[in-house]
Amino acid sequence: MTKQHKAVALISGGLDSMLAVRVLQEQGIEVEGINFYTGFCVEGHTHAIRNHDKDKQKRNNALWVAEQLGIKLHIVDVIEEYKDVLLNPKHGYGANMNPCLDCKIFMVGKAVEWVKNHHKDGFDFIVTGEVIGQRPMSQRKHTMPIISEESGADDLLLRPLCAKNLPETKPEREGWVDREQLYDFHGRNRKPQIALAKQFGLHDFASPAGGCCFLTDKSYSDKLVDLWQARNSREYELDDIMLLKVGRHIRPTEEFKLIIARDAGESKFLEGYRKQYTSIHALSHSGPMALVDGELKQDQYPLAAAIVARFGQGRSADEVEIDIATPDQQRQQVKTAPLSAEEVLQEWYV
Amino acid sequence: MSHQQLDARRLLCPMPVIKTQNQVVQMQPGDELEVICTDPGALNDIPAWARINGHSVIQTVQSEDEIRITVRVGA
Ligand code: SF4
Repeated sequence: MTKQHKAVALISGGLDSMLAVRVLQEQGIEVEGINFYTGFCVEGHTHAIRNHDKDKQKRNNALWVAEQLGIKLHIVDVIEEYKDVLLNPKHGYGANMNPCLDCKIFMVGKAVEWVKNHHKDGFDFIVTGEVIGQRPMSQRKHTMPIISEESGADDLLLRPLCAKNLPETKPEREGWVDREQLYDFHGRNRKPQIALAKQFGLHDFASPAGGCCFLTDKSYSDKLVDLWQARNSREYELDDIMLLKVGRHIRPTEEFKLIIARDAGESKFLEGYRKQYTSIHALSHSGPMALVDGELKQDQYPLAAAIVARFGQGRSADEVEIDIATPDQQRQQVKTAPLSAEEVLQEWYV
Repeated sequence: MSHQQLDARRLLCPMPVIKTQNQVVQMQPGDELEVICTDPGALNDIPAWARINGHSVIQTVQSEDEIRITVRVGA
């Protein structure tokens, strides 16, 4: 009897990695999934913090994909190690703060390490859903060998969706998989993937062309860079990068930034941070919860209060009473006239 | 057969799932792990994670401000 070969696949939660696994399952390969959590991943739940997204299913796409495929999924926390990838990318950034090529090398490298650490489980090779030409930065013909090489995966890295456009890898050479039944997808056209999904009976998959993380998002990247500049340091913690996903960010002075909830869902979310951040909300009217990032000095209390007042029900009142609470719950009330829309300067918006 | 607890309060998904997974790896089949968390996303994610990895959720208790999900470790 021939040995059944086993592969570990990088699962992002998108369509491509899902198809890559299905293609191999068709060939009788046993696949398990691995998913890396960097802190920047686009999570169903982060969207769901906001009210209007409540109806969207609160699901983790990687888990959902694994369940559709009937494979095991290992989720690995790489938050700490990822910092170096983001801060010092050897191959630079894409259009925004996304270090895609270094990120891919890092993730495939982590998969190589994982396979070594689980040698008892006998994984033979590594799989990704990459497609040549799909992404401007990481998924290009000349970057494919860079990823294989620098990750240490070498010819044990198989990309079933575009394998026919690439040199033969060991799994193909050794006949573990049939190269003829792999694909030659390339370019940004996603019709072949959609057609293949249909053929496999897969539907309801996550946004086919979407980037896999917030770092590809311009407004998110701007907020990240602003945070680094304001702190004069590129250190960050998980809470910092989570909070960049939520609320309006308004920086009226270099010393502090206000994170103001845009709806009740976000207010509730920000409330969870009241023991770590100074928080501001209106007492006399209903309105959003706001957090202060940075240092809010006493003489800036009136300004911060007037800005937060602007975003609540009291925006046209003569006076709004605002409560400012430090993380150790020292509270102070400030009565203020809300700023007008024009007084909240455009350049304050991060 | 042991019964352990995991405090995953204030963590946002997928962190509660990752912590659950990492603790379950150290446990024996039949053991139980009660995960205490606050992110409602866990109501969906922990059962999904358990299903695909061969474990079972035997109890879910939801109160005003926390969720307790008990997972029985599979073989
Ligand atoms: S979009 Fe984000 S997660 Fe995806 S490869 Fe680029 S940096 Fe990495």
